[in-house]
Amino acid sequence: MINEIISMNGYGLYVWSAFAFTLISFASLYFVTKLQLSKEQSKFVSKFGSLNVDKTRVARLQSSNKEILSSTSKI
Amino acid sequence: MTKFFKPNKIFAITSRAPKYVLFLFVVVLSIGLTEALILSPEDYKQSHAVRIMYVHVPAAWIALGTFSSLTLFSIGSFVFKNKYFSLISKSLAPSGFVFNIIALITGSIWGKPTWGTWWAWDARITSMLILALFYAMYLLAWRIYEGKEYVVKITSMIAILGAINVPIIKFSVDWWNTLHQSSSVNILSDTSIHISMLIPLGIMTAAFALFSLLIFLMKYNTELIKIKNKGLDRL
Repeated sequence: MINEIISMNGYGLYVWSAFAFTLISFASLYFVTKLQLSKEQSKFVSKFGSLNVDKTRVARLQSSNKEILSSTSKI
Repeated sequence: MTKFFKPNKIFAITSRAPKYVLFLFVVVLSIGLTEALILSPEDYKQSHAVRIMYVHVPAAWIALGTFSSLTLFSIGSFVFKNKYFSLISKSLAPSGFVFNIIALITGSIWGKPTWGTWWAWDARITSMLILALFYAMYLLAWRIYEGKEYVVKITSMIAILGAINVPIIKFSVDWWNTLHQSSSVNILSDTSIHISMLIPLGIMTAAFALFSLLIFLMKYNTELIKIKNKGLDRL
């Protein structure tokens, strides 16, 4: 049964390589995108942290800024 | 309508959605892989090589659908003068490009046992290769001209020019004699593919669409945070 699934009547090499290529592409794209997102989030947090009190108050008025900070703290 | 695409409104949804989409994608992909690799029957002519269809066809569909959406949002950014439409287009491109490459490579792998060749300058394959070039040009244009005023114009022009190729891909099998068969799955007319193969094909398409949505959301969030970073600099 297992041998049959692996060899697939002699087509196993083609079928498995097509599926493997697809899944490796998915994983690569996911991790690259996640890395880019994390990098921007970290940049945002460090910039936000370096603001003075008045600027922080202004920045906090925007709901999306609060969303970014809360989503970053969950990582 | 365009107010809906403003970041402050949409970020609350897009920042929370990826984890749910990822979970759903893993579940649907697991079911799809089991169906595609184990449960679905082999073809009487192509034997097990037919299983490559379950990654090749959904990848091609998603690549085409993504480019069509990318073009619509590019046109939208012209009509409504809304920069967030171009941000949506930009966020759609990476997954569309990867799906296009997957369709080309898995098609090549499928071609060897079926047609006896890895590559042929067949109308469908060539037009898909041209689409990949348009995706590459679109992504490169964003990278090269990022921050410049005219970047939206250039990338939108590439998208609109590339969209001419989309119906050519769709109808290439009808307009020319190609190695590809004419379409087996049709929305408006009869579908010639058996239900035992149509189900795994549908599940794999759903999984691929979810992955495309996941990457889009993550990329869109990245772009919005980039804008917010610039906003903090200006405070």
